[in-house]
Amino acid sequence: MSAAVDVTQAPEAPGYRAGRTLPLRVEAMRQLRRRRTLLMGGVLAALPFVLIIAFAIGGTPDGGPGGGERLTLMDTATASAANFAATCLFVSAGFLLVVPVALFCGDTVASEASWSSLRYLLAAPVPRNRLLWSKLVVALGFSLAAMTLLPVVALAAGAAAYGWGPLELPTGGALATGDTVPRLALVVAFIFVSQLVTAALAFWLSTKTDAPLGAVGGAVGLTIVGNVLDAVTALGSWREFLPAHWQFAWADALQPDLEWGGMVKGAAVSVTYALILFAFAFRGFSRKDIVS
Amino acid sequence: MDSPTSRWRPRLPHKRGRWVAGLAALVVLAGGGTWTAVADDSGPTVRREDRTLRMDGVPIDTSYFTAGGSERRPAVLIGHGFGGSKAEVRDQARKLAADGYAVLTWSARGFGKSGGEISLNAPDREVKDVSGLIDWLAGRPEVQLDGEGDPRVGLTGASYGGAVSLLAAGQDKRVDAVAPVIAYWNLADALFPDGVFKKLWAGIFVTTGGGCQKFEKRLCEMYERVAVSGKPDAAARALLTERSPVAVADRIDVPALIVQGQSDSLFPLDHADAMAKAISGNGAPVAVDWIAGGHDGGNREGDRVEGRVGAWFDRYLKEEKGADAGPAFRITRTGGIDSTDGAAQQRGASSARYPGLKGAGEKVVLRGGEQTFRNPAGAAPPAISAVPGIGGGLSQLSSFGVGLSLDFPGQYARFDSGPLADSVRVTGTPTVRVNVTADGGEGSGDAVLFGKVYDVSPDGKQQVLPSQLVTAHRITPAQQGRPIELTLPAVDHELDSGHRLRLVLSATDLGYASPAEPATYTASLEGPLSLPTAPLVTTASTALPWWTWGLPAAAAVIAAALLLSARRRTATPAPDPALAGVPLQITGLSKKYAKSADRYAVRELSFRVEKGQVLGLLGPNGAGKTTSLRMLMGLITPDEGDIRVFGHAIRPGAPVLSRVGSFVEGAGFLPHLSGRANLELYWQATGRPAQDSRIEEALEIAGLGDALARAVRTYSQGMRQRLAIAQAMLGMPDLLILDEPTNGLDPPQIREMRDVMIRYAAGGRTVIVSSHLLSEVEQSCTHLVVMDRGRLVQAGPVAEITGSGDMLLVTTAREVPQPLVEKVAALPGVGSAVRTGDGLGLLVRLDGATSSELIPELVRLDLPLTGVGPHRRLEDAFLTLISGGSA
Repeated sequence: MSAAVDVTQAPEAPGYRAGRTLPLRVEAMRQLRRRRTLLMGGVLAALPFVLIIAFAIGGTPDGGPGGGERLTLMDTATASAANFAATCLFVSAGFLLVVPVALFCGDTVASEASWSSLRYLLAAPVPRNRLLWSKLVVALGFSLAAMTLLPVVALAAGAAAYGWGPLELPTGGALATGDTVPRLALVVAFIFVSQLVTAALAFWLSTKTDAPLGAVGGAVGLTIVGNVLDAVTALGSWREFLPAHWQFAWADALQPDLEWGGMVKGAAVSVTYALILFAFAFRGFSRKDIVS
Repeated sequence: MDSPTSRWRPRLPHKRGRWVAGLAALVVLAGGGTWTAVADDSGPTVRREDRTLRMDGVPIDTSYFTAGGSERRPAVLIGHGFGGSKAEVRDQARKLAADGYAVLTWSARGFGKSGGEISLNAPDREVKDVSGLIDWLAGRPEVQLDGEGDPRVGLTGASYGGAVSLLAAGQDKRVDAVAPVIAYWNLADALFPDGVFKKLWAGIFVTTGGGCQKFEKRLCEMYERVAVSGKPDAAARALLTERSPVAVADRIDVPALIVQGQSDSLFPLDHADAMAKAISGNGAPVAVDWIAGGHDGGNREGDRVEGRVGAWFDRYLKEEKGADAGPAFRITRTGGIDSTDGAAQQRGASSARYPGLKGAGEKVVLRGGEQTFRNPAGAAPPAISAVPGIGGGLSQLSSFGVGLSLDFPGQYARFDSGPLADSVRVTGTPTVRVNVTADGGEGSGDAVLFGKVYDVSPDGKQQVLPSQLVTAHRITPAQQGRPIELTLPAVDHELDSGHRLRLVLSATDLGYASPAEPATYTASLEGPLSLPTAPLVTTASTALPWWTWGLPAAAAVIAAALLLSARRRTATPAPDPALAGVPLQITGLSKKYAKSADRYAVRELSFRVEKGQVLGLLGPNGAGKTTSLRMLMGLITPDEGDIRVFGHAIRPGAPVLSRVGSFVEGAGFLPHLSGRANLELYWQATGRPAQDSRIEEALEIAGLGDALARAVRTYSQGMRQRLAIAQAMLGMPDLLILDEPTNGLDPPQIREMRDVMIRYAAGGRTVIVSSHLLSEVEQSCTHLVVMDRGRLVQAGPVAEITGSGDMLLVTTAREVPQPLVEKVAALPGVGSAVRTGDGLGLLVRLDGATSSELIPELVRLDLPLTGVGPHRRLEDAFLTLISGGSA
């Protein structure tokens, strides 16, 4: 108790260092046991099993009556564990994997605001940029974990159900067994980078609103708008600047000759939007009056 | 939108395949290109003049395209494909005209509105017509002349039109450059390769021309003769050869851009090879360009080819030194699918030299020994490779590893290699030496074989026939029984390592006429399969548009600018050592919220809190108490003024806040975690050492007991409140701020809380309490700050504010009449006197007099006194202060 009287020079309490506030581990602990985290993990872990059951009931996928108009990974879903994992990514990349990203990044600041815990963190004090940084890293880490969880579970479940083997490509040919895991890792990496724009949008909205659902819904909604715009072929080459235009560019990683063009362009577009939106988030939050 | 070759392609229904979507996407992309071109055309207006010229009495329908003024310019003649007319090249003509050429298109004899019959580019008919057109061009005032009657002119055209370009270049010395696209060098080789009748294509060819009756009589008779016999004769070969460019091979000596299709079973790549050899042998510059598509379909790269033809003419007609005529050899390589639109990915590969079809390469040993197989009677069922009309789709698929090709068991010999150790890219014609014998019946004894080289996947399940191409071979009895060399289809195809090669010699093929007599063939290999490679042909690294790096870089700059400009311009003021011992000093603090431009939440607030004080912050709702506390916590930024805690200015996240514990406007916890976990994680979030937290002391104060292990979402309002106060006390901060701490607490807890605050301050720390429960403040605080409508009303020790003594409450036994009240107010030294609410008393403000002086005067006035005392009720003092403030 005497320390309280003696402190004259040091501005901060003993042991306080701004750079050590809200460590990533602590932020992860704060988020990990939340229901939404567990629910999201559960859904992604269950999806492969749902698909296995679906294939078991519905028989080997053949693209439907008439052979289908397009080649999809569905056609070879049950060829091997790697095929199955790729199929799981294919069916979920368009929307299912957008949700955890929007959720983890959109909810992270807004939910603290809605719980009123944000002001206590800031008064602790956790410097504002430090708080955003920790929250962003953890949210992105959770997003990446969600995206990794799906193919990993799918690989394991697929190996049990369909065996371990080369990745048979719907366009013919196959990728050697040894190549499949690195290629799938590349796929996950690209999906992650391509979702940075969703993450950044959600994160920015999260710093703007006290309603977590608003931030998550806003990010998902704009993703849908992007998809709609991408379907407007009249936009021509302007569509190249829509992040949604490249959302399936990762399929290039599952071709016999790895095709980088689409993925590089998609990553460039996503990173561009993401950098600016992240900057808006940090800028806005650092000047914001916290009234929640 | 039709590309130059589209009319050549038979209008057979497409097999609805999985690639329809991809092709549709391509069409869409092409549409985009057209739209752009139209927009670009807004500059020069292209004029078109249609006229019919008479050549040897035959009307030839022409269109003449020019743009701009009357200055002289080179001319270009564009021929059309077989079965088409001048209309199909109109777009290309317009573009070239806009680029500064005088462009003439015409419908060849037998096509469109032109008269005459089809003579398959006979020297004295179609080719002579071209010379007539050049004569006409020489007479135009805007056409550049190399000499009298000699215009500067280039020829281009697809297929039939490409062949007439070559023929005219050989026959008419005035031609200065040619650019034949998927044209033939020798029509006899195309339709009768190695003496085998390519019956399906030949039939389509004749039908596309409008039927046999549209042809010159000799040609029709020849076709019918060969089609019936199924075997071309020498006369037929001679007739076609003399009307093919090969007949003038030694006279074509102008710069030639030769575009040939990889998916072309009609005029395969060896036609381009022969053209290139002959023309470069004559000393003229030659460039060879293998496009992806061809007569079998696929992507014929219309825009790129037209662009390159234009560049070729810029270089050799306009003689622009800067014009890039492109590499001497270019291949369009297809690899994978564009995942955004399902279209095939295509990349150019090029080299500075055309390597020919028989470059040095690798030799691959094939196994299979001597094999015997049957030529079925009637040549049915036939093996299937390229099928005109649907072949396009099939050869397209073969580049992705899927293809339809069929060999019937017992009708072919098969020789396999082992798995390839390394990947090999075959560019050219593989060759192999074989020994074939035919043990036929009565027939000629010729063995007719179809050679194909498959790419077989490592598991052997899939085999791909590159571009669906086969070569036909007629092996006469004289050639049988001894090694002969077979030249297999010219392709550009990558074989991955681990894949195998499979040579198949089939007795039949759907596209060709093979002997109807049954026969038994025996085939064995006399050497390895030679695979030509062209290592100097390098695939251009995918040219990524500038924005793939430019956009992220620009975004990084914008982001940095956004972040840097967000920095506060005013530097944090230096700490004031004189105030180091002062827990809080607020000077001139003002805050307006953005939404209420003129209403201040806090205005010019100044006060000071000393160590050891328990300061009550008092004011009605909306007085600005919470706003002040939020500014004190660094949550909102004041518009003006200065807050210093222990001498350090408060900014968002100021380190000195680590010495402040706060509880403002209710609790804030993670609902899914237990009370204890919330406090532990909160302390960890401060980054301070765990032993400094004094969490047990704080939890003791909260008094939550077993509930600490439950999730916070199950807590009552009071429990949260107590937990939040415990959180504020974590680490025993030097300054503790409590906003309405007794809300939701029951009376014993309120009493306990009061003791906690007093004890806390007694240890040398400072507590700031805001409350609207005035009695609470009165009982626990040593000092008060009273606020109203954002302003400070009064500050000082509680006793000073509440018990200043100049306010006396006089109680009476009965109601005091109003005249008496006025008499009291008129007494010397009395400021005012008012009746209390119940009427049984007076509230007297002294103005100079003391209470001891006043009492005798009151008695003298005969007031029924029951008591006189200082008015200490804070509520009344507070109301007095507020009303004074508002007066």
